[in-house]
Amino acid sequence: MQISGAQMVIEAFIAEGVDTVFGYPGGAIMNVYDEIYKQDKFEHILNRHEQASVHAAEGYSKASGKVGVAMITSGPGFTNAVTGLADAYMDSIPLVVISGQVPMFLIGTDAFQEIDAVGISRSCTKHNYLVTDVKDLPRILKEAFYIARTGRPGPVHIDIPKDITAQMGEFDYDIELDLETYKPHTKGNPRQIKKAIEAIANAKRPLFYLGGGIINANAAYEVREFVQKTGIPAVETFMARGVLSHDDELLIGMLGMHGSYASNMAMSETDLVIGLGVRFDDRVTGKLSEFAKNADVIHVDIDPASISKLVNADYPIVGDVKNVVADMLEQVGKIDKDKYESWRETIINFNELHPLTFHEDSERLKPQWVVKRVGELLGDDANISTDVGQHQMWAGQFYPFTRPRQFVSSSGLGTMGFGFPAAIGVKAASPEKTSINFTGDGSILMNVQELMTAVEKKIPVINIILNNNFLGMVRQWQTLFYDKRHSETDLSVQPDFVKLAEAFGGIGYRVKTKEEFDAALKDAVEKNVVAFIEVIVHRMENVMPMVPSGGSLFNMMLLEKKGDK
Amino acid sequence: MTEENQRRVVSVIVVNEASVLSRITDLFSGRGYNITSLTVAPIPESKYSRLTIVTAGSVRVIEQITKQLHKLIPVLRVYEHEDMVEKEMAMIKLPISENLSDINTLCEAYNGKIVNAGENTIIAMVADEPKRIDNFLKAIKRYNPKEIVRSGAVALER
Repeated sequence: MQISGAQMVIEAFIAEGVDTVFGYPGGAIMNVYDEIYKQDKFEHILNRHEQASVHAAEGYSKASGKVGVAMITSGPGFTNAVTGLADAYMDSIPLVVISGQVPMFLIGTDAFQEIDAVGISRSCTKHNYLVTDVKDLPRILKEAFYIARTGRPGPVHIDIPKDITAQMGEFDYDIELDLETYKPHTKGNPRQIKKAIEAIANAKRPLFYLGGGIINANAAYEVREFVQKTGIPAVETFMARGVLSHDDELLIGMLGMHGSYASNMAMSETDLVIGLGVRFDDRVTGKLSEFAKNADVIHVDIDPASISKLVNADYPIVGDVKNVVADMLEQVGKIDKDKYESWRETIINFNELHPLTFHEDSERLKPQWVVKRVGELLGDDANISTDVGQHQMWAGQFYPFTRPRQFVSSSGLGTMGFGFPAAIGVKAASPEKTSINFTGDGSILMNVQELMTAVEKKIPVINIILNNNFLGMVRQWQTLFYDKRHSETDLSVQPDFVKLAEAFGGIGYRVKTKEEFDAALKDAVEKNVVAFIEVIVHRMENVMPMVPSGGSLFNMMLLEKKGDK
Repeated sequence: MTEENQRRVVSVIVVNEASVLSRITDLFSGRGYNITSLTVAPIPESKYSRLTIVTAGSVRVIEQITKQLHKLIPVLRVYEHEDMVEKEMAMIKLPISENLSDINTLCEAYNGKIVNAGENTIIAMVADEPKRIDNFLKAIKRYNPKEIVRSGAVALER
């Protein structure tokens, strides 16, 4: 049967089981939007900015584990979406993003709303396509979904000229994909796995270094079993929060620039790093030459290019971490759990020496308290998104995560404005959970128009704005490293956030005390509406502990003990 | 580990499709690697093309380059050559007033000859290892070359 290119896009979505598409129409993509109008198989959510559409698709994907889908028009529609593509690329989030393009006969003529979209997206996608023949479209659509979700996942961009979406062609989605040049390794080398197990059994102070790849591979429960059965302590990256439950005794905490003292010291003292789905990001390792200096390294990752990129792997294992950990579990009997008792005690001592904590203040709320309090009140019932900055680190440090896919944040790219649209996508994927977005007074304004999206579609995201009237993280660096010259970070001039939420049809709260906060959160959850809870917090609070950029993990700036001001 | 910049030759087999070359060159520029020379041509009777890239870097950088190249979807195979036969071609335009038999003899020493003669100029070509091409170009200088073009290296594993 002959159908149009636009219909092919719809049929491919249906065949892929897509239930939600985030997007924004425009001239070059109108044929496809016409088909969206005619169908009732999936929902389209109209964001108020293309960047937000891609972030929402990311949030949807992270919460559901499915491929997120976004659709935008050519020119500015596409360029607005680029930040989202780059964000998804950095955090390995599977997306298919479809953009309209000017008709084939206008390409290269500097036509209205024309831009070389594939030229721009090449460096921030896993793969991209410019469709030049409607006959190729079914195959390209199928390849795009396949490439996005397999191997190391990532965003795939398809640019479709307007005349291609109008042309008729045969649609057969049952075609076998023939990707001779793309065959990800998913099974780990058995010999390497055996060697790695032997290395673990021989180590005195081994340490799990858990990364976001575990969540991508849906391997968190296998990893939990592996950790339990070996009795080896574990640190998580920011991306891996929720792999282990916060109350797991073997979880030391988050490591890196704002990791806990015990986590970073454990990494500095270990003799064997067991890296699972990690990539040794600079925010994690600090000074590379001092990172886990006395340790051998086991590195399991689906992406061969991640292995020995920054830290040499003594036991490199290329494979899907779920398969590799399952294979390792078969040999777990070789590992003597009791052997690491004194190592575990060492770590407990680290933790007692400098626990991850903060000091309360009698006058103003501390932002860390707010995060902890949401954890106490909602805990497992909430999915947590964040924007980027201090609040993001406090969320990573203090929220009691209990499960994978509970935490969604812009980790690699660090995109301010990510949180609110992502939380919309999270809620669309997981409506039974409360969707919380921790944000700051800086970040929230970078995609504040999403109030309209959330209100229109009745997607009750609760935005908790930790308002310190500062671009807090930059202010913190200025305080610490720029002799308190707070250049362009004072955000004292602000909108009325309560009225702002109300202007869009949401609900707003401004709170200054613990009681007010509890009441506002309770009210927002009960009313089940789009909300801003603006929390006036201590202005000069710093995220601690901190490894200064380029410093060694064991050389941390620590929270001042109470009283030693 | 040595961090010295070693000359390396990498061959890449790619699907012969639109934009594949820019995927490769974008990867080099985006990650701060240098391309010394690059040659591309289709492989006969196949859907693939072969690229020969001469680059420089430490062992670790070269390892990253080959891994990143392999990560590109249309890349079938990447060879980092160790033991190879490597050749490059050069063409030189010279005034016809120079000593043609001297020039021809010099070219012959480098697998070449005079391939074209016009009213005012001749064109000579040589094909040899890139290092020897360097030497040839030094030697030919005395005959006042007007234009020189090098092809970039191609290589085959022994």
